[in-house]
Amino acid sequence: MTEPLARLESVSRIYQKGKEKVEVLHQLDLEIPQGDFIAIMGPSGSGKTTLLNLLGGLDKPTAGTVTVGGAELSAMSNSRLSRWRSTNVGFIFQFYNLLPVLTALRNVELPLLLTNFNSKERIKRASIALDIVGLADRAKHYPRELSGGQEQRVAIARAIVSDPSLLLCDEPTGDLDRDTADEILRLLQVLNKDHGKTIVMVTHDSQAAEYANRTLHCDKGTLEARQAA
Amino acid sequence: MKYFRLIWKNAWRKKIRTLLTILSVFVAFLLFSLLSAIGFAFKGGVDVADAERLIIIDKISLINPIPMSYMNRIASTTGVASVTHASWFGGYYQDPRNQFGQFPVDPESYFDLYPEFNMPEEQLEAFKRNRIGAVVGQELAKQFGWEVGDRIPLQATIWTKADGGRTWEFELEGIFSTDDPRGATPFLLFQYDYFEEARAFGKGTVGWYILRVAKGADPVQVANAIDQQFANSPNETETSTEAAFSQSFAKQFGNIALIVSLVLGAVFFTLLLVSGNTMSQSVRERISELAVLKTLGFADRSVLGIVLSESILIMLIGGLLGLGVGWVLVQGVAQQMGAFLPGVFLSPGAMATAVGMMIAAGILAGIFPAVKAMRLSIIDALARA
Repeated sequence: MTEPLARLESVSRIYQKGKEKVEVLHQLDLEIPQGDFIAIMGPSGSGKTTLLNLLGGLDKPTAGTVTVGGAELSAMSNSRLSRWRSTNVGFIFQFYNLLPVLTALRNVELPLLLTNFNSKERIKRASIALDIVGLADRAKHYPRELSGGQEQRVAIARAIVSDPSLLLCDEPTGDLDRDTADEILRLLQVLNKDHGKTIVMVTHDSQAAEYANRTLHCDKGTLEARQAA
Repeated sequence: MKYFRLIWKNAWRKKIRTLLTILSVFVAFLLFSLLSAIGFAFKGGVDVADAERLIIIDKISLINPIPMSYMNRIASTTGVASVTHASWFGGYYQDPRNQFGQFPVDPESYFDLYPEFNMPEEQLEAFKRNRIGAVVGQELAKQFGWEVGDRIPLQATIWTKADGGRTWEFELEGIFSTDDPRGATPFLLFQYDYFEEARAFGKGTVGWYILRVAKGADPVQVANAIDQQFANSPNETETSTEAAFSQSFAKQFGNIALIVSLVLGAVFFTLLLVSGNTMSQSVRERISELAVLKTLGFADRSVLGIVLSESILIMLIGGLLGLGVGWVLVQGVAQQMGAFLPGVFLSPGAMATAVGMMIAAGILAGIFPAVKAMRLSIIDALARA
């Protein structure tokens, strides 16, 4: 049996809100095989985004261990986590979060600024990433000159440009109409099936979840698996 | 350099705000360059002072004359290599606004004491021979278009002539210069003998003495020996180094250095408030973008560096523009005011200080927002967005 890409063991995450302690995740265990496409659904406050943050090394568990690609994130310092994120994980947000002062191409180039590639190589790779998401002709456009769907495609190009094995998507279609959302989800499917990316997607949209291989339901800090139809 | 585009683009996120901030930095460094150049002129004499030259003035005040009879006694003091004298004439040329330094001197000994003044030998000899001869610094000659052989009438404001006249006529015998850009020479020298013979009062006195200390002699001991010689006489003396003399002369106009410092202090304090506010606003507006950068893998220190560099960049754009325009203006001021205030000069040292101040001001203005950006919690920032 192959080693899973990501593994969470007895992970708990407790937040302090004033004098009150809120346990968002409770003794959670999860294995994500390489090449999987998982949708995580659940009500607001159920811990979906917290789970995503832990997998992406943006947060650390209060108890338990998070291991991704053989690296134990829960034991890493913040600076090591930063370096790890730059090459191992790509993030896709609901509101795209592109830098408005940069063109699409320069937004995609951003993660490559953390590598040793020279300018020419960075531009070449960013152009390829834009080509993969079908926006090669929008390279010189600023985010304000793009539609919501195009902005999200640029964000996806930025997420894959440094060729990470894991893509974490937080409500990637939450701000899009149905048709555009379907386009984005089909693109994620292509990245999963054709490019071997492992994808974990948080969503409220059951139609979006249908694009995943399997759906996990998060409620009160625990996960329950449901196989996609 | 990889981040330069990002820093540059962020700096121009709000063009009007950035332009206004750059304008305030520009004005601050324009003022800095002008005031530095003027301040430099006031202390210029101090900087070019010769450590082996001592100045002897009346102990009560520089404007009190000293007897000419002191000359030989000073010259025979142990440790004195040579001595000369000068006096303040205080006239003007054609118009009362055309005032500049005019000094009756002994040509022979004066130019021995000031070897840094360059003049063709034949001109110096002609000056020595001509009783009503005069020599001028090249700045002054350029300003009034004088050439050797010209007659220069000066109107006296202090020294009336024995015949009651106030017009003193001189024949220009030479034009001198100095290689040191800090030691401008916008003054006129003429024969003391002519001055002594023609003036109506004050005969047998000079304004001050200048001496050169002999090699190996201690200037402090020489100064003490001279002042002791004339202690308890009607004209007690105060002997000091040329630098100290220049400093006390400049202080007659007020403490220029203090005034310059106070003005600049107020300007830079305001500048820090303005630019600090700009940077704080700029960082507040893009909390989520900074969080995204950190999510992508930019380390805390990189985010700190990006924000600080942006602040320094704005300071450098405005500051270098201000310094450049200031430099051009200083050239004009130096030409216009050269006769009243020689040595108006924006020195390389002042320019280096200005660049240092730009960087320091950039760091000070940007440090608080930069630290805030560095400490930003990605999760909190993204949740707020």
